[in-house]
Amino acid sequence: MVHTIARRDLDEKEALAFSGVGLTYPDGTAALFGVELSVKRGEFVSVVGPSGCGKSTLLKLASGLVEPTEGVVSVDRNRLGYVFQDSTLLPWRKVKDNVGLLLELHKVPKAERDVRVQETLKLVGLEAFSDHHPRRLSGGMKMRVSLARSLTLDPSIFLFDEPFGALDEITRERLNEELISLFIDRGFAGVFVTHSIYEAVYLSTRVVVMSARPGRIVGEFEIPFSYPRGPEVRFSAEFAKIAGEVSKALRGEIA
Amino acid sequence: MTQLQTFRQAEPVIAAASPRRRVHGKGILPPAVLFAGILVVWEAISASLSPGRKYLLPSPQSVLMHGLLAHDAYSQILPSFLRTALLSLGGFLVAIVFGMLLAALMYRFRWFERAAFPYLVALQAVPVLAIAPLMAVVFGYSYTAKGLIVILIAFFPIPANFLLGLRSVDAGLVDLFRLHRSSWWTRFFKLALPNAVPQLLTGFRISAGLAVIGAIVGEEFFQAGVPGLGMRLLQYLDQVEYNRLYGALILSSLLGIGFYSFFTWLSRRLLQSWHESAAG
Ligand SMILES: Nc1ncnc2c1ncn2[C@@H]1O[C@H](COP(=O)(O)OP(=O)(O)OP(=O)(O)O)[C@@H](O)[C@H]1O
Ligand SMILES: [Mg+2]
Repeated sequence: MVHTIARRDLDEKEALAFSGVGLTYPDGTAALFGVELSVKRGEFVSVVGPSGCGKSTLLKLASGLVEPTEGVVSVDRNRLGYVFQDSTLLPWRKVKDNVGLLLELHKVPKAERDVRVQETLKLVGLEAFSDHHPRRLSGGMKMRVSLARSLTLDPSIFLFDEPFGALDEITRERLNEELISLFIDRGFAGVFVTHSIYEAVYLSTRVVVMSARPGRIVGEFEIPFSYPRGPEVRFSAEFAKIAGEVSKALRGEIA
Repeated sequence: MTQLQTFRQAEPVIAAASPRRRVHGKGILPPAVLFAGILVVWEAISASLSPGRKYLLPSPQSVLMHGLLAHDAYSQILPSFLRTALLSLGGFLVAIVFGMLLAALMYRFRWFERAAFPYLVALQAVPVLAIAPLMAVVFGYSYTAKGLIVILIAFFPIPANFLLGLRSVDAGLVDLFRLHRSSWWTRFFKLALPNAVPQLLTGFRISAGLAVIGAIVGEEFFQAGVPGLGMRLLQYLDQVEYNRLYGALILSSLLGIGFYSFFTWLSRRLLQSWHESAAG
């Protein structure tokens, strides 16, 4: 796809920038309106908002899957990771071949691919399952495979669309902790859509609250906790206070 | 790479517990019992017929001995069986090649699908016996004409099922491939085609059964050339050779069952690791 629209160049600290972005779907649904958002390297931004407010649309725009009808989206798409709500694995491929899919699409030679797949499988603790088919994995493991698949490209910007929304609480918390480790280790910029305020506050350097459709950004909260964040952060008084504020901003939108 | 301890304690592996074990041979028992039951009923009906009408349904042993195993019976019927098997297989293979090609084209070009699909459905609706005479005029009472009947009858399930399979790719997967700017060909070979295998195999299975029917109908209509089972059926009916008639009927069904079993086996082999349909 050739981008002919004018775009603001990213400055060197920036990984993603939305300026005055609006999107109206062909059927006339105005999904987003006047979105201003800048995500810097080393930032992990969570996006919360009422159902149907355009959060997924925001990520689709960021990834370039959808072009904005207004404004400009700037992003380096060459090293972009995108994890969907569904693990979107190819059911006929073994775990290792699913993890290698993106490298394959980017025509990385087989020998190098195998090495990187093995490394990544080890990183997410799935070496023992490399020859399994997805059908035999639990929901949490499928999500790990999906995460590993994106990690093989060593993304500089990583988009997550409610990746753990369908998982049970315990698995979800564990994956949250793992994601933080990855974030510290790999230093990508993250944009994470979620319905869970706790998840948003726990993971992020910043939480963004969106309005009901057409979605705009109506609140931003810097999260002061330093990394690595142990699970106990979630029980601190300050955590509760921030979560309360985010919740209030969100409820203001739903009411 | 790094020391991300949290990842090491992967969650308990419930879903990966021992793969389903299939007791081999267990599937044979119920049909075998039913088969025995059918033989008993057959025998009983045959025995209850008055001597004057007994020829209408000879006993199973009689069919087996006189209709199939007797030298002059099998030396006649076995070549016919092979002939029909070859005819249905040939037509079936042609249907596969063209059916798949057609579906791939319809998948590639929406306008072509819109243009061609109605005719495909219409083709399906044409009563074959109604156009058989036309074929006789064009192609004569030939192998080609019989083959065309087979193709005509067996064709539809292949493009219809294949196209359905190609189109039923998960939208998220399409997004994933688009995101990485894969070409249409990449998407076809790595995504749509493997995704369509279960439906395609279903199409094969249906089509193979129809091909046998097509071959027998074709042979019954075009009674010329090397005699296949279809011609034998009419011949034995004519000659009041009911032992052989039932023998030929049994062989015809065996041909269909053989095709069906082969594709059931193939589906299971190819799909059991990943597709729900192969679980049962
Ligand atoms: N392809 C499309 N065509 C038309 N309308 C669409 C399309 N995709 C999404 N929409 C509409 O745009 C709005 C925003 O959709 P989007 O999926 O971005 O919301 P969301 O915030 O992710 O919702 P959820 O919380 O349920 O995941 C919704 O009203 C949706 O119905
Ligand atoms: Mg969504």
